[in-house]
Amino acid sequence: MFKKILVANRGEIALRVICACKELGIGTVAVYSEADRNSLHVRFADEAVCIGPARSSESYLNIPQVISAAEITNVDAIHPGYGFLSENANFAKVCEASEITFIGPRPEVIEIMGEKDRARREVKTAGLPTIPGSDGAIEGEEQLAQEAAKIGYPLILKAVAGGGGRGMRVVRKQEELLAAYETARSEAQTAFGTPDVYAERFLERPRHIEFQVLGDQHGKVIHLGERECSIQRRHQKLIEESPSPGIDAKRRKELGAKVIKALEKIGYTNAGTVEFLMDESGELYFIEMNTRIQVEHPVTELISGVDLIKAQIRIAAGEKMDNAVGEIMFSGHAIECRINAEDPVTFVPSAGRITTFQAPGGTGVRVDSAAYADAVIPPYYDSMIAKLIVKGRDRTEAIGRMKRALEMFVIEGIKTSIPLHRRILADPDFVAGKIDTHFIERFLAGNGK
Amino acid sequence: MPAEARASDDLHLVKSPIVGTFYGSPSPGAEPFVEVGAYVDTGQTLCIVEAMKLMNEIESDVSGEVLRVFVDNGQPVEYGQPLFGIRPSRKK
Repeated sequence: MFKKILVANRGEIALRVICACKELGIGTVAVYSEADRNSLHVRFADEAVCIGPARSSESYLNIPQVISAAEITNVDAIHPGYGFLSENANFAKVCEASEITFIGPRPEVIEIMGEKDRARREVKTAGLPTIPGSDGAIEGEEQLAQEAAKIGYPLILKAVAGGGGRGMRVVRKQEELLAAYETARSEAQTAFGTPDVYAERFLERPRHIEFQVLGDQHGKVIHLGERECSIQRRHQKLIEESPSPGIDAKRRKELGAKVIKALEKIGYTNAGTVEFLMDESGELYFIEMNTRIQVEHPVTELISGVDLIKAQIRIAAGEKMDNAVGEIMFSGHAIECRINAEDPVTFVPSAGRITTFQAPGGTGVRVDSAAYADAVIPPYYDSMIAKLIVKGRDRTEAIGRMKRALEMFVIEGIKTSIPLHRRILADPDFVAGKIDTHFIERFLAGNGK
Repeated sequence: MPAEARASDDLHLVKSPIVGTFYGSPSPGAEPFVEVGAYVDTGQTLCIVEAMKLMNEIESDVSGEVLRVFVDNGQPVEYGQPLFGIRPSRKK
């Protein structure tokens, strides 16, 4: 086992990793920017090294500074947390070259999954379902008709070079196909300088479903069930839960088996998340894989009994899966609300000094946070200041528990998203589990404002 | 930060721009780049901070007299840590 680990991150996840190390009897080194001198991860680590100014490109993202800090403190391993350098294949390579264990997958695997097209091809070959599509640009009307017949309606035309909605057209009927193709091409030409568009099945109201996986260094891969993360705004997740109200045991077992098989084939190691979109008929399609621990990992921890951070550390140290995870006992239902320092109506970030921080407790409530009364939330980083996670015997109990925990969570001095969460938890569609990735748009357009 | 490492009108602090290991001389056993009492010019090398096997020469950003050396040879230093205290020469 490692003697000392450097945590290359800040905020709640740095603290979470430090907690796991302390419980395993491993020494810890925190790194911090000048803006984070008074942070809890600095306070609770055994050693701390200032690695640069507030701007993350010069501190938390600065590979030479992080590696130098690891070298002067003589650590055996680096835990990257999420964000920052966690999915940087080059950083994983530099760790390897510096003879420091990177707690995560191999650099080659990070690289593959980082290129979205390549990742899709790899997992498709390995047996995971992907969204039916044209696999590249459509050349002319003849191919367009063939692809459309194969994909079915509704379908969406997207610019190959694109993003941000430009050059996108949803086509619901065959009669609209040709006109939409011409428009999408000319929009793509204007926006991106190339008219190439591709087609894929359009999912009207998809749910975001993701599988938590772990792979050891001896070829064994397991999954710990799914998380539902459909409550998101502009691709930022707000609420996550497990199990998903939209997945039954049969589908979980079938897809889970495919996920394991595919990742064993790819040779995946350490923690990762395989993300899918699920259409109304219950079909799931791979969208991407995150090769790191996720923000929402606690919901899986609460329903499986597995400490995912410790499992990551044990796996990186070479332990076999059985020992790395211990006994897995699925039970109950867990929900997480991300508490952000932002206006709950306008979503404008709210940096500043926290004057009161009173976290809820009691049965089934967990708070992962690095915030405290008198802490200053700097404007330089992510606005998430706490994760409130609850577990109940079923979804109904979990919702009731989350409602009372939100009510008892008192943060003053800055604005937070707690009032928004309280309104979402009271929404009849949310309570009924009738959710998809457009839930928040509808919610905010209706009673949410 | 050591208690005595406070900047004032008479004391300019040269801080480490990187994390690494401090060396006061160009090679082991060699004479130090500077010692207390020495006069240095802007741009003159004061020490080396080794980071990732690279020797980074740290230059003075003022001209003046070296009053203090805050770190020992071979000591690890962090970003922004004071290395030298220099009394700037008065502008004419």
